[in-house]
Amino acid sequence: MPGPVSRREAVGRIAAASAVLGGAALLTRARFDRGGYDVAALGGQRQVRNFASPPVSALPMMAIAKSSTDPAVLARRAVDALGGMHRFVSRGDVVAVKPNIGWDRLPVHAANTNPLVVAEVVKMAFDAGASRVVVTDASCNEPNRCFQRSGIWRAAHDVGATVILPAAHRFREIRMKGDVLDQWPIYTPLVNADKVINVPVAKHHNLSKYTAAMKNWYGILGGRRNRLHQSIDVSIADLATFMRPTLTVVDATRVLMRNGPQGGNIDDAEDVHQVIASIDQVAADAYGCTLIGQKPENLGYLKLARERGIGEVDWASLPHVEV
Amino acid sequence: MACSHHPEPEPSDLPLPIPWLGKPGPVAALDLAPARAASPTRPTTTVVETTAPASPNPVEKIVPPTAPPKREPPKKTRSKKKKRPGSGIPARPIIRYLVWARRFAQAGFLGLFLFLLCNTAFRGTFSASSETPVRLPYPVEGFLLADPFVAAMTLLSTHAVYRGLAWSLGIVALTLVFGRVFCGWICPFGTLHHFFAWIFPSRYVRGKQRVEANRTHYWQAAKYYLMVAFLAAAVAGSAIGGLLDPICVAVRAIGLGVLPALQYLGIRSANVIADTNVRALQTASDASQDFLSRSVWTPNQLYFHQTWFIVVLFVAILFMNRIVPRFWCRALCPLGAFLGVISRFSLFGMEKDHSKCTDCNLCIVHCQGADSPQGGVKHRQDECHMCLNCEAACPEDVIKFRFLPNRKGTTSVPDLERRTVVATAAAGALAIPAFRIAGWPDRGYSEKVIRPPGAVEEREFLDRCIRCAECMKVCPNNALHPAFFEAGVEGLWTPILIPRIGYCEFSCVLCGQVCPTGAIQKITEKEKMGVGQKPIAMGTAMYDQGRCLPWAMGTPCIVCEEFCPTSPKAIWAEEVEVPKREGHYDKKGEQPKMLTVKLKRPHVDPNLCVGCGACEKVCPIVDKPAVYVTNAGETRSKSNVILLENTSYNRTG
Repeated sequence: MPGPVSRREAVGRIAAASAVLGGAALLTRARFDRGGYDVAALGGQRQVRNFASPPVSALPMMAIAKSSTDPAVLARRAVDALGGMHRFVSRGDVVAVKPNIGWDRLPVHAANTNPLVVAEVVKMAFDAGASRVVVTDASCNEPNRCFQRSGIWRAAHDVGATVILPAAHRFREIRMKGDVLDQWPIYTPLVNADKVINVPVAKHHNLSKYTAAMKNWYGILGGRRNRLHQSIDVSIADLATFMRPTLTVVDATRVLMRNGPQGGNIDDAEDVHQVIASIDQVAADAYGCTLIGQKPENLGYLKLARERGIGEVDWASLPHVEV
Repeated sequence: MACSHHPEPEPSDLPLPIPWLGKPGPVAALDLAPARAASPTRPTTTVVETTAPASPNPVEKIVPPTAPPKREPPKKTRSKKKKRPGSGIPARPIIRYLVWARRFAQAGFLGLFLFLLCNTAFRGTFSASSETPVRLPYPVEGFLLADPFVAAMTLLSTHAVYRGLAWSLGIVALTLVFGRVFCGWICPFGTLHHFFAWIFPSRYVRGKQRVEANRTHYWQAAKYYLMVAFLAAAVAGSAIGGLLDPICVAVRAIGLGVLPALQYLGIRSANVIADTNVRALQTASDASQDFLSRSVWTPNQLYFHQTWFIVVLFVAILFMNRIVPRFWCRALCPLGAFLGVISRFSLFGMEKDHSKCTDCNLCIVHCQGADSPQGGVKHRQDECHMCLNCEAACPEDVIKFRFLPNRKGTTSVPDLERRTVVATAAAGALAIPAFRIAGWPDRGYSEKVIRPPGAVEEREFLDRCIRCAECMKVCPNNALHPAFFEAGVEGLWTPILIPRIGYCEFSCVLCGQVCPTGAIQKITEKEKMGVGQKPIAMGTAMYDQGRCLPWAMGTPCIVCEEFCPTSPKAIWAEEVEVPKREGHYDKKGEQPKMLTVKLKRPHVDPNLCVGCGACEKVCPIVDKPAVYVTNAGETRSKSNVILLENTSYNRTG
């Protein structure tokens, strides 16, 4: 019954076969994965997410507010001394505020940033014309507990901030090309913004002695952060190289003096009543460590920061004011 | 034919033999006339030639089939307007409303169950101050509290009714009035089966086969025997019946299997969408994932130890609906059996007028409980789910549900054999000692069985734990998992802490809040953290110094110390200077140089360690951590103690 194939049918079949082969070739070309060592060998410069604001000669680079016991007043005075939030935030900006919401601890334990300081920074950002202020952090403990019990969720929400809780879909792999931090999952809400304000808390840390501004960038990392402690100073320096914030506002109103970074005992923290605002995160840490009796030269990550030119360790040499 | 032996039919309520069993002999409990029970060898629907739709003479009705099985479809003699198949007479309005009310109730209760299940997770809120204690806003364990089988089991094992379980009296009262309405109207697991039997029926089980599938089968008695065995096991000291309690099964399978799997798919699709680099898609995907992670599941992917086994059984039991609708409810459910036993006292029930039955079998086609709603046999009230489908479907007004019905057409006692009851009770009671002498918990106390904080002593724990998985679902850090065989066969699916997957959050007491039976006590944060008293310890951390970076490899680490939540920390570090070989081998032929490095080496203080497992969770050695928690030193045990000084219970703090 089946006779010889007609010419028309033969042409059709050949065309179909060619189309399948051609399609497969095109797909292969489009999605060809070289894989292996070619990818790993891609070298290059360290990545930088630069949100920094340039120094202005007439204005100080760092302000230390210590003239009040009200955290909100201290935060406002410190930022105002740098020229006010208008210097940093323009109309319509999306501003990411990065407090430390790492631990399931109450404000009195001083393991997280003081909610009043966070709220005041949010308020100032809105006053300067920010269209949206995102407050978030990738917590160490369970995020719902950390955000609620730190008091930051409520305080930030009350002043109109968008509080985002970390969730798995918010992390994307990014190549930072740091010395120890090469490719790592990055918490996107903190880098997808026009301006980034770092609002860390100054506290003792068992391994790196004192932490605040630079170490706070651990909160942009997902994945297994625990491996970083083998080279904690280099990883902190890598992060501070990657993230260059618009402004750093260090909460030192109540400082964890020992048992850091978690604390948990009220006696571990002491009232210091200071807030440091700085456009140089290294200088902020260099000054901050003196509050718990450390010296900048004892901190490995500050040494690395100086070597890499991220900022100034000799904070006293910068234009600064005390208010 | 066999039927020819039958004596003359007796009064109208005598049932017909049951032909579908395909074997001769009396059919249990359905049959008041054993002599007439010899049945046709071929399963076939009873053929009755009705002289008139409403025959005044019921005796004709029960003439057994002698005619050839071929028959005309029943003649419609009344209304032409087809309201329902058959006669065309619509069912009583109240029944039609009630059937819809039942559907809404089923959907509502299933929705409520899923809502509570999805909210069996702590979701913080901006409106709470930092001092607000972390508790769940809803009574998420509500369905378990209303479960009389759970109450009965734990009453038998602990001789007490734990707190909220008194709510189950409500379901008992409901059953005493209306029969097994819980099964037909409320039970979320039953509704799932109802739904799957409706939406995925096998194409091989239609028409006649479906009628056969929906007839009362002898194996429906299995659930009663299971219930008896489980209650006997409870007397012997184990609430193991929770393995088959329908609410427990639903929470376990959906909460630990289905929802995490859906979450996995959700996160995977979010990642795929993120890779497209199309901004609008990414924004939409982020928004939907945000919503899902704050309402349906949790921000982080949940994992549950060996949960595949739970899911496979769940899928298998749902699959059975294709062959036998509501197989679970009919054959296995011990809660249904429990309600079936007490439904014999119910005030509401079915009344049948056998004489009007035309054997159209519409009632059987729609029957949920396989309780013989059709004419000619006794209705099985203990099997009936009170779904009212039979009356809604009946074209001839044979079936009527009413209060205080005449019981002539009904049998309400489960169809059980006394010997089997005794045998299953003995089996249930003996299984527990058999499990226990095999090891757990009296000997061979496994170090992996780390019970949740606030868990009572192990034997008492087994008295109470119904394996409902509420604690595992609520655990914010994904720390609690269903045991596989770590705690022996008896301990299957009881909660254990697996710190490698998640650690116990220091100030969290949610597992005790949701535990319906008190296996985990409702402790406060102060009790758990030991404010002014001894903290609750689940175990103790131990170092494997051969794997620990500072101990074995001269490398700084102590993340464990950083995460240790107690104050002062149970992990303390000793500063040492140790030799270390240089890690670079640039010059060939030379020995690497020896260096001296400063290190902090961690130690555990067993008096302060609460066994939360945070150290084990964060230890950077991925495969087998260098610090791990075992249950040694758990405060709930008086014998599993490490330090002599902790054996004195007079001490506080």
